[in-house]
Amino acid sequence: MLGDALVPLLLTLKVASLATLIALTFGVAWGFLLARKPFWGRDVLDAAFTLPMVMPPTVLGYYLLVLLGRRSWVGQWLEQTFDFRLVFTWQGAVIASAVVAFPLAFKAARAAFEGVEHQLENAARVLGSNEWKVFCRVTLPLAWRGIMAGGMLAFARAMGEFGATLMIAGSIPGKTQTISIAIYEAVQAGQDDLANFLVLLTSVVCISVLVASGKLFPKQF
Amino acid sequence: MKFDHYSIPQSIALLQRHCRSVTNHASRALAPCLAAVLLFAALPGRAEEMLVSAAASLTNAFKEIGAEFEKSHPGTKVNFNFAASDILMKQIVEGAPADVFASADLKAMDSAAQQNAIDRSTRKNFAANRLALALPSDTKLTLTSLEDLKQDAVKRIAISQPATVPVGRYAKAALDEAKLWGAVEDKLVFTQNVRQSLDYVARGEVDAGFVYTTDAAIMEDKVNVAFEIPTPQPVVYPIAVTKRSKQAKLAREFVDLVNSQAGQTILQNYGFAKP
Repeated sequence: MLGDALVPLLLTLKVASLATLIALTFGVAWGFLLARKPFWGRDVLDAAFTLPMVMPPTVLGYYLLVLLGRRSWVGQWLEQTFDFRLVFTWQGAVIASAVVAFPLAFKAARAAFEGVEHQLENAARVLGSNEWKVFCRVTLPLAWRGIMAGGMLAFARAMGEFGATLMIAGSIPGKTQTISIAIYEAVQAGQDDLANFLVLLTSVVCISVLVASGKLFPKQF
Repeated sequence: MKFDHYSIPQSIALLQRHCRSVTNHASRALAPCLAAVLLFAALPGRAEEMLVSAAASLTNAFKEIGAEFEKSHPGTKVNFNFAASDILMKQIVEGAPADVFASADLKAMDSAAQQNAIDRSTRKNFAANRLALALPSDTKLTLTSLEDLKQDAVKRIAISQPATVPVGRYAKAALDEAKLWGAVEDKLVFTQNVRQSLDYVARGEVDAGFVYTTDAAIMEDKVNVAFEIPTPQPVVYPIAVTKRSKQAKLAREFVDLVNSQAGQTILQNYGFAKP
């Protein structure tokens, strides 16, 4: 049973970690931009970025299937240039999870950047720092806790992602079957023992990850 | 304060006006909401409703039979719950309020019977079907036998989860019999029911998929049948009234309609055969 559980667990951790990384990268970039640069259509963009959080995951899965499937131009380009298909691969699962987790990282990052005192940044500028240095040495460190909180939420969301993943990555044991899908399949098939074990395992892993992350990123001030 | 500038009667008048406008605003917004809620709550319920849990492959045919049933039973509403047979079986065993159960294989119905969830006297096989390998209509592959699934050009094959979906069991039995399961296992994408397999084939996301001939017929423009697959056990659909049905009389009449000439004609129009 441990073997049955370990493969989907490791896959889930891999998918969720990569998805969080992607969500954080884009979340921080867009969060910073929207927090600092007022431009036309900012509110609409903010709403659009939040959409994956409000939309049912199945709708999202359907969008992704249509946008990234073999008949879409992205899918055709990938297949012609790299002989690679996104649908039914773990990379597809990463994209599904990243899209679902993105709003959490983005929202937290935007709020964190908005909370950074402008005076501190200006002080750095007065002392001769260029914009890049101001961002790296002042803004980002000050916003770091908020961003990490968003990252944790994004990771938790990516760990639990089910609907969109099932639609775009399918359920291929050992390849795209993440732990939430493995639990679903086990329950459907009446393998309650396996399902219970998987549920317990996920719970323990999630709690450990969250507690560990709390220790890794202690309060700074 | 603003009120300093007003005389007492003026203040009273102001207050009255202000307060009235507040209450007016509130009631203006509240009244329609309340009315809507009351309206929805008071929507007339149907006189009688029944729930038919049926295998996903029966979706189109049963909807038509349901419409026929409602025509001959004015005021009765037939609701459907379409899913994989084993899922339906489990729901019914766990107490789902279904009145009729129609399964896509004998195993799911047998399990329901063993767990005392159906009225055995009402059980009857009402239709037969055939397993087929479906390909996207724009495919470049020519597949003529299960053996061809071993080709490298075939990268992904949709098959319903054999543990919970009859069409998956039929397909696995056929692959096992041809001693091909091990050879193609790595290419298989497991789906939740036959219609999901059909959808993946129609979108071209898989190179081939195991479906029933009746399913392929529904998406004729997007899906081609490469060949039909003989199954070790024939594909037979049993139907029965559930033990817990609160509408046993209506449920029996629905089963009778399915078994009647009219019901059989509808099923045959969708490509089902007589059992």
